[in-house]
Order: sequence, then C-alpha cells, then structure tokens
Amino acid sequence: MSGSAAVERAPSGAERVLAPIVLGVVVVAVWQLLAGSGLVEAYLLPSPAAIGDEIVAFAPSMLSAGALTGLNALIGLIVGSLVGIALALAASAARLVDGMLAPVVAALAVVPIVALAPVLNTAFGADAQTGRQLIAALAAFVPVFINTARGLRQTLPVHRDLMRACAATPGQAMRVITLRTAAPFTFTGIRLASSLAVISALVAEYFGGPRGGLGGLISTSAASSAYPRAWAYVVAAIILGLAFYLVALGLERLVSRRR
Amino acid sequence: MNTVITAPAGAIAAVTVTGVDKVFATRKGEVTALSGIDLHVAPGEFVSLIGPSGCGKSTLLRLIADLDAPTTGTVEVFGTSAHQARLDQRYGIAFQQAGLLPWRTVAGNIALPLELHGMGVAERAARVAELVALVGLGDFASTYPDQLSGGMQQRVAIARALAEKPALLLMDEPFGALDEMTREYMQSELLRIAAETGAAVVFVTHSIPEAVYLSDRVVVMSPRPGRIAGIVTMNLGRTADRADDLREDGAFFEMITAVREALHGSPVSRARGVETR
Repeated sequence: MSGSAAVERAPSGAERVLAPIVLGVVVVAVWQLLAGSGLVEAYLLPSPAAIGDEIVAFAPSMLSAGALTGLNALIGLIVGSLVGIALALAASAARLVDGMLAPVVAALAVVPIVALAPVLNTAFGADAQTGRQLIAALAAFVPVFINTARGLRQTLPVHRDLMRACAATPGQAMRVITLRTAAPFTFTGIRLASSLAVISALVAEYFGGPRGGLGGLISTSAASSAYPRAWAYVVAAIILGLAFYLVALGLERLVSRRR
Repeated sequence: MNTVITAPAGAIAAVTVTGVDKVFATRKGEVTALSGIDLHVAPGEFVSLIGPSGCGKSTLLRLIADLDAPTTGTVEVFGTSAHQARLDQRYGIAFQQAGLLPWRTVAGNIALPLELHGMGVAERAARVAELVALVGLGDFASTYPDQLSGGMQQRVAIARALAEKPALLLMDEPFGALDEMTREYMQSELLRIAAETGAAVVFVTHSIPEAVYLSDRVVVMSPRPGRIAGIVTMNLGRTADRADDLREDGAFFEMITAVREALHGSPVSRARGVETR
C-alpha cells in the first residue's frame, strides 16, 4: 500500500464482504439480548435462537413451501418479462401503441393484490396456482416494460447512421444495435421485477387458494400464535427473494459489462 | 465554377453533385442548409470541405452518403445514384464520434460491415487481420473500445470504413475530438492509408491546416444559406508524397493564407486557382 494514510482508498474485497457480515452479527446479538431481557414481549419479537430452532424443526416444510412459492414467482417473472419485452417492442415500433399502453401500464402498476387475488382465485378455481402466477407476472411486467421501452429509445444516432451507411436491413439493425443497446435496460427491469415477483406470489397466498406456500404458512403460523415459526418462514421468504435478486443482478452485470 | 477540376476523360467521377439544394423543415419554418451546390471529386482525389459551423459541410457529406436526400438536384457516386451507391457499398464512412459498438472488440467492430454483408467467417478473419495491420492496431484486435485512446478508436472506425475496400471514403470531422499531436499523426496516417488504398476522400473539417495538409483541393463553404464560396487547389505536390516537414514549408503557409482569404471572403491578391465570390 503506497501513498499517505490521508489518501482515501477504495475498500478492499474482504472489507466489502466482511463489513455487512459484522453488522449482521452485531444486530442479531443485540436482538437476542433484547428478546432475552424481557423488555420486549416474545410474541412481538421472538428471539433469534427461538426462530433458529423453528427453522431447524420445520426445514423440510420450509423447503417445499419455498419451492412452491418460488416456482409461482419464477413462472410469473418469466411470463411477465416476456410480455413486457414484447409490448415494449410494439410500443417502440408504433407511437400509437406507445400512447395507448402508457396509461394502462400506469394503472396496472397500482392494481392492489388484495382486489385481484380473490377474483383470479375464483376465475381459475381454488386449487390452481394460476392466479398467483398471474399476479406475479403482472408485478414483473411493469418494470420490465418500462425499462425495455426506455432502452429501445437509447440507440445512438451515430449507430443508426452507421447501419444505414452499411446498407443493413431493418432486421439486422434491430439485432446488432437496437436490441443490444436495450438489453442492459431490460435486465435492470428484470432485476427490479425479480423481488416484486417473489413478494407478489407470496402475498397472493394470503387471499385463498391452495395452502403450502410460504405466504400461506406465515399467515397460518401467525394466526395460531406460533410467532417464532412465522418468523422462520419470513426468513425463508427473505432467502428466496434474495436468491431471485442475486441471480437477476448477475444477469444484469453480465449484459451491462460493456455498453 | 469554371476552375473546377473535372475527372480525366473516360474516368467516371467519384462524386458528382449537381444543382443541389437542401431545405430542412423545422418548427420555426424552413431552413435552407445548402443552396446551389455543384461539386466533382475525381477518383483517388482528396477533397476537403471547410467552413464555419452551419455552412452545411456535414449536410453535404450526408447527402453524398445517402444518409439524407437532397431537396432538389442530384448526387451521383461513381456514375450511379447516391442511393444505389450506398446499397452497393461503394463508399466507407467515418464520423466525428468513432461510433464503435462498445460490446464488440476491435476485431468485432471492424468485422461488422463484412458480417452484415454475409462474408464467410474465414474470409472475414483474414480481411480483419489485414485491416487491423493497415491502421497499425496489430496488438489490439481483441481489445474493447473503452480501453483505447480517442485516436486509436478513430483508427478502428477508419478500418471499419475501409472493410469493403471502397473507392470512396467519406469522413465527417473524424479528428475533431483529438488533441493536436494525435491529430497530426492521424493526418499522416490517413494520407498513407489513402495512398495504399487509392481511395478518393471527401473530408469535412473546420481546421485550415488540416484541410491544406491533406487535400488536393479545398472546398470553402459559407453559411446561411450553405454554399460553395470557392475552391482552392493545393499546389503542394501529390498527397501521397507529403510528410510532416511540409507543415514548416513556405508553400504550406501560402496555401493556408489562400484558404483563409477564401473563407473570410477578402480579395485575394495573387490569383492561384482561387475562386471567390
């Protein structure tokens, strides 16, 4: 390490990894002390140890619940992203379509799950996951559509001139320039959509339909006053959401490396 | 235009612009960008377009490239319409921004036109290797543009423009963003490359020394509306034989003076193939 100590330096890789871990350990330790001290009632905030015990005891159930909710979120994320990309392409091709879609998307972005879930459960039957997948798809659609539509407008004039000077066909220009320029934006949308899809798939389980998902189990555990178990399922939901987010972040980094 | 050099009998001119006007419709009304443009460029000739901002020199280049269409008049490239010449890839073009695709390597960028025109992989690789060597970037074929200096990026853009071996090279202030030292080096490189490929060059610039050093003829343009105010022939010998010592030569400074006078519209004391209005 050269230079004086006064020179600000970028944190090393180890520091970047260690800092949040240390913070996490400190928070959990304080939490444990607080929960054990009797200052906070156990039903409000169960101790980390109690939650840990539940995680161990209900690990198989958490895995299957995570898989069920995760699959719903994944199907929703994929369907929502594909529809978002397709409609963004349509919107970029025709100003009329763009004008028609903009208010619809703005409205879709704020449709409450509490209203939609019972309707979809009735429409697809109480034993189908379709309604939840659709809710996740709807949540994922909005950021993917908005970001892709923006990305499709980022083509540089010099690149358009270049394609024309090279006598490229519209299809070639689309593939070589327009789509490639939009890709990082689309993947930013997918990253935002990934967390939304998990949250939406999970919340949709609160409003009827088959049991066995993380959302359903959180609500059942809480309803039967099994608070540490409810928190254990919350931990599983956080891990599921983080997994989605990190995979999407990795894809985004991969595509955005050079732009 | 009675001092315009026409192409030798029998040879088809690289560029023939006849009676061209260009009018842009803007929100504030119509703007005449070019008015009554006539211009011939012979095969292998180096012609610079120079003039203040807004004189339409870039617009004229875009018309030759068929990136825009003239409002009236005709533009011919090697005896065909500019449109057909573009479809036939009779010219290569380099812009002020190198316009490289940041997600492609140097080799990938140079290969782009060849790829678009369906050249086979092996043939393409061989041609790219040739071009990388031609612009002196042999060690950088697998480098990405953001790792290159501005001058190197512009060399990649020139290699890309030369990929289809065009007999005409169109350049829109390609060295405008470079520092003076790099710029002079690139000018010498360009003359070498033009001599090696035998291509005619139409070169847009706002630097008088650059236009004088590079050109057989300098087309001086004036703004509002954009028109050709004069064409100055550079009596500095063949462009292929020019070297850096020319920049300190008396004849070079005389030519700079001639172009300046044509630009500023003041009377020229000694006639030397200079036409003014």
